[in-house]
Amino acid sequence: MTQRTTSRRRRLLSVATGGAAALALAACGGSGFGGGGGGGGGGEAGGDLEILIGSSGDAETTAVKDAVAAWSEESGTGASVSVAADLAQQLSQGFASGNPPDLFYVSTDFFPGYAANGSLLPYGAQLDNADDFYPTLADSFTYDGELYCAPKDFSTLALAINTDQWTAAGLTEDDYPTTWEELKTVATTLTTGDTTGLTFGPEWQRVGTFMAQAGGHLVDDEGHADVDTPENLEALTYVKDLLTSGALKYPSDLGAGWGGEAFGLGTAAMTIEGNWLVGTMENDYPDVAYTVVPLPEGPGGPGTLQFTNCWGISADSANQEAAVELVQHLTSGEQQMTFAQAFGVMPSVESVADQWKEEFPEQAPFLDGADGAQGFPPIEGIADVISDFNAQIEGLKSGDPQAILTSVQSTLEAVAP
Amino acid sequence: MSEGLPPETSPDPGARRARGGLRRRAHATTRGQTGAGWLFITPMIVILGLFLVLPIFMALWVSVSDWTGRGSPFAGTTAFVGGENYQELLTGGGLAQRDFATSVRNNVYYVILVVPTQTLISLLLAVLVNQRILKGRGFFRTAFYFPSVTSSVAITVVFLFLFSASGAVNKAVSYVGANGPNWINDPRGLLHIILGAFGADSPPAALQEAPFLGLSWWNWLAGPSITMTVYIIMAIFTTSGTFMLLFLAALQNISGDIEEAALVDGTNAWQRLWLVTVPMLKPTTFTVITLGLIGTWQVFDQIYTGTRGSPSKTTLTPAYLSYETSFNSQQWGQGAAIAFILFAIIVVMTILQRIILRDPDTVPKRKRFVLSDAGGSGSAATGAGGAPPAGAAKIEGGTS
Repeated sequence: MTQRTTSRRRRLLSVATGGAAALALAACGGSGFGGGGGGGGGGEAGGDLEILIGSSGDAETTAVKDAVAAWSEESGTGASVSVAADLAQQLSQGFASGNPPDLFYVSTDFFPGYAANGSLLPYGAQLDNADDFYPTLADSFTYDGELYCAPKDFSTLALAINTDQWTAAGLTEDDYPTTWEELKTVATTLTTGDTTGLTFGPEWQRVGTFMAQAGGHLVDDEGHADVDTPENLEALTYVKDLLTSGALKYPSDLGAGWGGEAFGLGTAAMTIEGNWLVGTMENDYPDVAYTVVPLPEGPGGPGTLQFTNCWGISADSANQEAAVELVQHLTSGEQQMTFAQAFGVMPSVESVADQWKEEFPEQAPFLDGADGAQGFPPIEGIADVISDFNAQIEGLKSGDPQAILTSVQSTLEAVAP
Repeated sequence: MSEGLPPETSPDPGARRARGGLRRRAHATTRGQTGAGWLFITPMIVILGLFLVLPIFMALWVSVSDWTGRGSPFAGTTAFVGGENYQELLTGGGLAQRDFATSVRNNVYYVILVVPTQTLISLLLAVLVNQRILKGRGFFRTAFYFPSVTSSVAITVVFLFLFSASGAVNKAVSYVGANGPNWINDPRGLLHIILGAFGADSPPAALQEAPFLGLSWWNWLAGPSITMTVYIIMAIFTTSGTFMLLFLAALQNISGDIEEAALVDGTNAWQRLWLVTVPMLKPTTFTVITLGLIGTWQVFDQIYTGTRGSPSKTTLTPAYLSYETSFNSQQWGQGAAIAFILFAIIVVMTILQRIILRDPDTVPKRKRFVLSDAGGSGSAATGAGGAPPAGAAKIEGGTS
């Protein structure tokens, strides 16, 4: 009963805010709308769209609701956005019951599973802007040679530095680390008393940057397991070296849940995190002065990792045509810039890259890494392998890098021979 | 479920035959009663069937199918794959088998440490709050029971705070000059730490072999990780109160005469506890251990709210792994198979425990395990492994 009232109120609210947003956008003269609205008439037959998102917070929820409401107004197709408490679980229930939401976020680790069992509609070819996506992002959502869904935005990893602790240690801008050697030196210098030089989570999603910088990867270009390589060994050995020297500590050892928290609390002077760090620092630690620089280069050159979600359309959706139109609208350059302003992500299309850098110059290092960034390989079952890898990285300090790589190689070969 | 059915309620057949004229009516009455019986239990049959029996059979089917989580598992696209999912878990040699073995190992240590400890503590608490001379009994009973009525999610969150690297527990430890571990993120096994203290920090060759479920002996012998120990402490803390209540109810059923008789026999307090009270609590002990076994093997919500298997999979349990495999990895068949293997483990454990704890005096009456006769039951049971409490016979003799 209350739930129904709340949802009705929420719908009313979203319609109201949506109307306001439509007015504001119309005032701006957004030309990207014409394409989305033009074909809207055909969508009405299939009914309203249900959209399920896993939101990072109020800012994202509001921005998505506004954008969808504006499109809905324009196209005449009803659309309602709900925020999932547990996206994976709710999607699984939807797929099993044959009544999933029409449009939803799909993360890179769940993508291969959903694509393999036929839950997703491969609509990539229907998009006008399919070529505009960064190739590495599109690769993350390509299964069996087909682009299944449109990356909605993305983030990359860069090095965040606490500037107060930096200057207190007698370091200047010239000392920003550009090589592994320099990173180790400054991390050691910054490690004093209660402060650790560097922190990041014990997972491939961070350590993988060093593997990329050493010239390594999880799978080679053909998608074969390629973990047990000298490059990866060099990377893990370097990270282990940092751990044993005390210049690097995992966030949990600093009493924090993740790198950004330890960084914000000042228990770590540097961290490797993505664009989301900006929002955290602004909301939770507004007094901490920091700067973002590109990750140092390793023996194999520069390298970082990227994180993205896509707009999945359910293969069971009754109104796929309208859903594709909505995705077209949501992934347009303008709309993605609006999202970027609202909740700090980077547009997944190359055409607005310069505009984004102009608007967020202090975050430019994140976007600079985009070209060579490695993503989550779209292989069914790889999420389990990576979580097993992560479990072993937790014990890296006392572990044997070669043994870890050998074991991950054998488990990865089972899913990516 | 069928126990709710009324048996043939007709009177003695001989009597019916004698009163032939009434036969027809009696038969009609019986039929009416049978119908009414069915009518009364129908809602329960429907509810249990729909929400319990049917889902169990669906899960059983999923565990032997290649269902991918899309559409109904009974749709034509789902095929029967036999024992493939079970095989993958038990003999597959891959990641799935290793994860399953790890989760079983973690849970075995959890059960071994939680069940005996909580049974003992709840018994002691019950004996304490059953003392007539204790002041404020009501307060203590409430206080000990309180953790049981608190949501496990809330308690988990509080424990995560208490045991965090800079939390209250480590503060307390630091006052006595020691350095507490990083409780909720320390994957080192307790046994490995103890062995390490004696200089054995790497496995001898014999323990590196992995003949059982693909996990090396050395890993089986790791012991609960420090993080798992936090969950063990938490489980003992929360469930001891519940079981205290069961023991308390049983204690209050023991009449004061028995204790007086024991006093007359010249026993001291310790003897009365161990030779009089505890043997008389045997049925309750059985219940407590059974409930404890089932509860500890199914541990899920604490793990889900807390560490979700980390660090290094040392808090992974079969129940959580089943969820993770199904919902996150889309391996529904394997997830269901884990659930059924877990079910088998629980059933076997309970039967084993029943055999070990069976009471030589009461068993023949229930005709479950038929023994020769009541007189010889004591020795027969001893032979079967159920040692009778030494004092029981003597005390009974004294009270009669």
